Amino acid sequence: MKVALFVPCYVDLINPEVGVSVVRVLRRLGVEVVYPRGQTCCGQPAFNSGFFDEARGVARHFMDVFEGGNHDHVVCPSGSCTTMVSRYYPFIFDENPDERARSGALAPRVREFSDFLVNVLGVGDLGARMGGRAVFHTGCHQRRELGVLDEPRELLRNVEGLDVLDWRNEELCCGFGGTFSVKMPDVSVAMADEKIKALDESGADTLVSCDSSCLMHLKGRLDRTGHDTRVLHLAQVLDRNGG
Amino acid sequence: METEKPARRRETEDRRREGIASPVEGFNARAKRAVADEQLHDSIELFTNKSVAGRNAVLNALPEAPELRERAYGIKQETMANLDRYLGQMADAVEARGGNVFFAETGEDVVGYIGDLARRRGAKVLAKSKSMATEEIELNRRLEEEYADLDLEIVETDLGEWIAQLAGDTPSHIVGPILHMNRRRITEVLSETAGRRLPPDVEALGSFARERLREKFLAADIGITGANFGVAETGTVATVTNEGNGRLVTSVPPVHVVVMGIEKLVPRFADLSVFVRLLARSGTGQKLTVYTNFVTGPRGPGEIDGAEEFHLILMDNGRSELLGTPFEEALYCIRCGACLNVCPVYRQTGGHAYGSTYSGPIGAVITPLLKGGREAKDLPHASSLCGACWEACPVGIPLHDLLLKLRNRQVDEGLAGKAQEIAFKGFEKGMSSPTLYNIGSKAARLAQKPAQKDGSIRPMPGPLGAWTNSRDLPPLAPKSFRELWKEGI
Repeated sequence: MKVALFVPCYVDLINPEVGVSVVRVLRRLGVEVVYPRGQTCCGQPAFNSGFFDEARGVARHFMDVFEGGNHDHVVCPSGSCTTMVSRYYPFIFDENPDERARSGALAPRVREFSDFLVNVLGVGDLGARMGGRAVFHTGCHQRRELGVLDEPRELLRNVEGLDVLDWRNEELCCGFGGTFSVKMPDVSVAMADEKIKALDESGADTLVSCDSSCLMHLKGRLDRTGHDTRVLHLAQVLDRNGG
Repeated sequence: METEKPARRRETEDRRREGIASPVEGFNARAKRAVADEQLHDSIELFTNKSVAGRNAVLNALPEAPELRERAYGIKQETMANLDRYLGQMADAVEARGGNVFFAETGEDVVGYIGDLARRRGAKVLAKSKSMATEEIELNRRLEEEYADLDLEIVETDLGEWIAQLAGDTPSHIVGPILHMNRRRITEVLSETAGRRLPPDVEALGSFARERLREKFLAADIGITGANFGVAETGTVATVTNEGNGRLVTSVPPVHVVVMGIEKLVPRFADLSVFVRLLARSGTGQKLTVYTNFVTGPRGPGEIDGAEEFHLILMDNGRSELLGTPFEEALYCIRCGACLNVCPVYRQTGGHAYGSTYSGPIGAVITPLLKGGREAKDLPHASSLCGACWEACPVGIPLHDLLLKLRNRQVDEGLAGKAQEIAFKGFEKGMSSPTLYNIGSKAARLAQKPAQKDGSIRPMPGPLGAWTNSRDLPPLAPKSFRELWKEGI
């Protein structure tokens, strides 16, 4: 099995350790990982702001980088960026039959990390060990567009020493929403606070997600409000062998 | 009642100046106030949590719910593709039963029709049941102003709407118009109306309301209702209510006027079996509402109830312009309010922050569509695009996709502003070239150095300030993933 790794721009620049964990976990499972050097971003910031032409420009670059090669899949440690490529590229190219077909062909090859582990590799237990009490936040794109709900939980439940807790209204958005977080800051923060209230009530000391963007938002607010909650991407948890 | 009117009107005018009735920019300012209002937050949380739990319970108990949703979408799609034909069919059916039909292009046309009707009938008291279509066109205010000489008394008879009217307030939710008020506030409003202190318990308040409203039902010269559905093949208007006021409004006054948005049409009577089941479950978590009313024209020979005179107003008010456009699905809405209840933005702000009759995700979609893009310019951005609205919608309207298309329309119309245009042109260029991406990220890493403090970016002015004022911002890592990869992982 050979995969091309897509590391979203903010993971590349802000949380590169997430990408490193993804590589290590995949290699441990015998997967050959290539990293196409020309990659940049999926284009979602422009798309979400309504700048479809600009998003199409970035999307064309993404397709140039990832559609060739002899890899079986493109793996991405973000439900949101995976959604951008697999669902919204066909959406923005809807009026151009050639590009719609091109993006439609690429779409099923792009898989979110936990989806790839469980549904492509058939692995639900990585033999990871980590102590603590965790809640899992499913990013909205991962939840509603990809429908990848049980996979990360299964992987997390199999982490030795980790209690995975339920939390109230867990289906609610964290309030990030890309540029929403700076265009509507008061509402965005109030949304984060609601999540944090539920997190506090759950008694968890660790917050895990498959989306570093949600985590960046929640951690930004957790830190500002004096919480010392441990915030980790699923790949980082699965990469642990204790501690 | 007479003495309350001037005060009420003054309050309404204040609100209009604030932009409640005619939305302009300002969602953020209103949302900021709402977010800081703890009582409002508690009221919204109570209502939405209860609604969502109720809805989930009844829908989960209905195995065919996903299939019904698809059928509902299909029926609406077919209806919109043939709307002119179905409207004609409905009009013919109503006229064949002795009813009157009026096609109103605008809200102004609706006001004119009802005002003239009131004049012709010498009407004094108009009793209304809950209707979002008449809220949309501000029917009450405009009738009072434009037909001031008739000195009409227009009474909302849905309990929530009545309390909102007494308080000079507007509905903040499609289904629960006064969910923003707590019991204390409701007791205040009703006590003021009663001219005595009412005890703050549901029974006492309810029986006071019943007493007062009964007088109005009996005195009403004209009953005005909306329509949850209009059936083309039979000319039937269906309304669902829980209070029974809808039945009194349609059967006691000698005249019944229906104000129906043209998108409320369904082709066949049998289609109601799909929609009625979805509407009650999605809106209030009930299998059926307490009353499901079918009115087909005026009282017929040998019938014991119904109005002597029946008027169906088919209101367009911007709807037909959406037919055949990428926004047509916005017309499939059945106004159940489910998207409001699940929306994480609505749950923080309540309905008034949207500055429009329709709030929540559906409001953020249809307000700019019905009022024109320049108004309510900020509403398409009042969403994190989480998709909970689409998931909850009983008709499967992809509301989040429509919000995206609206944002795109703003860009095409030049409404996004020069700063964003330049920023995203730069984004496209930078992200389409690995070389520029690398140069840009290295420059950003250098630029952030003086801004760092204790491991995060310090609060700063500009767009980033909107983040850093309330949240820590992590700095860029010393080495990017691509650099680590190059070094070997």
